[in-house]
Amino acid sequence: MKHLNKIVFSLTALAFVAIAAFVASPASAAPKMKTIILATTTSTQDSGLLDELLPVFEKSTGYFVKTISVGSGQAMKMGEKGEADVLLVHSPDAEKKFVEEGFGVNRRLVMHNDFIILGPASDPAKIKGEKSAKEALKKIAAANALFMSRGDNSGTHALEKKLWKATGLKYEGNKWYQQTGLGMGQTLSVAAEKKGYTIADRGTYLSVKKNLGLDILVEGDASLLNIYHVIEVNPAKWPKVNAAGAKAFADFMVAKKTQAIIKTFGVKKFGAPLFFPDAGKDPKTLGL
Amino acid sequence: MKDGIISIENLKVQLGGASILDIPSFSISEGEFMSLIGPNGSGKSTLLLVLNCLLKPVAGVLKYRGRVVSSRDESFQYRRRVSMVFQEPLLFDTTVYRNVASGLKIRGVGREETRERVTRYLKWFNIEHLAHRSARKLSGGEAQRTSLARAFAMEPEVIFLDEPFSALDPPTRHAISDDLNSIVQETGITTVMVTHDQSEALRMSDRIAVMNSGGIVQVGVPSHVMNNPANEFVANFVGMDTILEGKVLRMQDGMATVRVDEVEIDAVGEALPGDSVYCCVRPENVVIELTNPDDLTSARNNFPAVVRDIFSVGPFLKISLDCGFAITSFVTREAFAVLDLREGMNVFVSFKATAVHLIRTNN
Amino acid sequence: MDLILEGLITAFKLLMALDPEVLSITWLSLKVSGIATLISVGIGISCGMIVALTRFPGKKFVVSVVNTGMGLPPVVVGLFVTVFLWRNGPFGFLDILYTPTAIIIAQAVIATPIVMGISIAALQNLPAKMRLQILSLGATRMQMVMILVKEARLPLMAAVMAGFGGVISEVGASIMVGGNIKGYSRVLTTATVMETGKGEFATAFALSIILLLLVFIVNYLFTLIQQRERPR
Repeated sequence: MKHLNKIVFSLTALAFVAIAAFVASPASAAPKMKTIILATTTSTQDSGLLDELLPVFEKSTGYFVKTISVGSGQAMKMGEKGEADVLLVHSPDAEKKFVEEGFGVNRRLVMHNDFIILGPASDPAKIKGEKSAKEALKKIAAANALFMSRGDNSGTHALEKKLWKATGLKYEGNKWYQQTGLGMGQTLSVAAEKKGYTIADRGTYLSVKKNLGLDILVEGDASLLNIYHVIEVNPAKWPKVNAAGAKAFADFMVAKKTQAIIKTFGVKKFGAPLFFPDAGKDPKTLGL
Repeated sequence: MKDGIISIENLKVQLGGASILDIPSFSISEGEFMSLIGPNGSGKSTLLLVLNCLLKPVAGVLKYRGRVVSSRDESFQYRRRVSMVFQEPLLFDTTVYRNVASGLKIRGVGREETRERVTRYLKWFNIEHLAHRSARKLSGGEAQRTSLARAFAMEPEVIFLDEPFSALDPPTRHAISDDLNSIVQETGITTVMVTHDQSEALRMSDRIAVMNSGGIVQVGVPSHVMNNPANEFVANFVGMDTILEGKVLRMQDGMATVRVDEVEIDAVGEALPGDSVYCCVRPENVVIELTNPDDLTSARNNFPAVVRDIFSVGPFLKISLDCGFAITSFVTREAFAVLDLREGMNVFVSFKATAVHLIRTNN
Repeated sequence: MDLILEGLITAFKLLMALDPEVLSITWLSLKVSGIATLISVGIGISCGMIVALTRFPGKKFVVSVVNTGMGLPPVVVGLFVTVFLWRNGPFGFLDILYTPTAIIIAQAVIATPIVMGISIAALQNLPAKMRLQILSLGATRMQMVMILVKEARLPLMAAVMAGFGGVISEVGASIMVGGNIKGYSRVLTTATVMETGKGEFATAFALSIILLLLVFIVNYLFTLIQQRERPR
């Protein structure tokens, strides 16, 4: 069994060579200053927008962007701990607090899309066409109709909670209110499967619409607006953040060219844009 | 027997605070066959490990050809001059051929020479036909032969055997030990063997060492140790067979006449005139009479004797007598009372020819 | 049922088209888990040998720690590695969080106790006197170790397969420390989770099938070697 000895030895040698090569290779040792950690939300990532924008950014600036997509809540926590350089999130109230507490700077409006209330075609709670999101939720509660929440502190979840709060009703703890703890796409699937109601951002809905089985029942209410901001993590609090990179990315997101890409994103594939560019606009014009 | 090929001085081995071996001195002569016997736990196997430099003593020296072996490198070099066979074959998961070659390979022996030696020893141990058999598919005897062949193929200066045949059934045991014996005779290799089988020790050894509780109690030629035990322990351990060394004068009708010192003993057995033999007589078969039984019994061997010693052994009494040679007899308490034996008394001993067990020796 | 069918078709299409993204994800999975397994084999077998073959105080304790490590939840490992590697952690200066290197580290941590635990059992299963016999044949320390490893090669190979199997299929730690970054630290398992999260079940299924194929092929190769070694 001399052969086995040789195999063992050569494998071990190979291991060391592989490790050395791997560590030395450019891909894994992206130089410090050239890497940006972007914390964003799953819905942003899943929409595919970043897949379109990032290559443009990276090519022109030479930065390498590491996109970590988690819920808005976790994204901001990462910012608080200085583990991210820049955030792209959509949870306005939490964001304001984030900036007030000094963790973030340069909060700038980037784009918006809206949330929609979805449900089965049979619509047992009869909310179709309802103009007020608040009223629609009240009807769902009254009918004890099944409602799927993301329940994961994401931007979507935050907005959903805000809406429920406005109804003044007790919703948690009821049998018809279920929390998945999952991402948007998955929550939609669960809702479709169980024929329940749910709130989703239009972007995700459009990108998974194909076989879903849920209809748009309520849309257009100002309270359903889903607004995205880019926030740079405060280098004063966390000297280790890549402040220059963060600024470059944030500048890029509000740049005219980028905004133009955002405007047309999704049209070809889904027949409607997934996002509406808003950089530079006065937030009041959006009805906030 | 000053230094011999291997010797130890002031050897102490401890394990967990308990003393396992305590031997002031011991040596093995070149070319001799030494057997170590003793009860379980006496330290025989431990001693073997020390002699093979596989176990470091807490005190004492091991000398090889007069030179001390102590450093790591010296131990290593020494181990390459000797080899050891254990009770289990401990073969490698490969063919018999490769197993036998493994020691040579470890020691860096060249390919040609390895092949020559392996073939030779496979033949000598009668396992040629198994050369390409997997070690997993060997019987107990075949496996132990392989282990022996592996050890011998390295042509060590000393070979250590730790109860190599204990795990085998008697016929296999006899066959292999015969083969071993002839090879040892042929090569003249120094051999140290631990065994439980005293007749085996008797048959093969030049000297026997009796161990007890971590010490060597007696060392000597087999007949001497057996017939002149140094103390009660040895006496009880080796059994009280009378063992007489002699030469066969003639064979007739299945009966051998053996000359032992001045007398002739008749024994039933297989031997050729001129053979050197041991005659063993169990003490139960030695009958003591006050008068000459020549006409009264059918025993062929009758001798006048003098009572030397009387020991109490359980329900019997052990009587040591001198009839020109030492002989031991057992008598029951009743018989003892009837005979009224006392030290120095003149009596007659007799034993049947059938009670004499013949063992052919190597000389 | 048609989901499975759709998944199979998608898998086939992706592979046949040699879809570059799928290929790069597959290659990265293999590379990362392969290297992690090699590291774990190197450390696991050598440390396993030391533990199995030497006597030292606290040996039983060490062995039970290793055995506990075998059942260590990968997600827990991921969390610990993240905390160590993030910027403000003790090894933040290395800047390797959210890189394939971090995944290799996490996977190596997961696999090493598995390989080590099985190696210890394999070596302790050898006859007690084997070591003495080998030394009596005149072996150097190194020779003895090589022979013992060779003698235990069948269970040791099983250890390697177990280590590899444990990490190629791992997802929790890989997401946490790797970040699932497109084209960079995305592997088959993390991509599958992502696609599922997006609701892209057919794609997720396809990736799962590819992962299963990969695992099967690797294990098949290993098994061939292992079973070929069996003496006739």
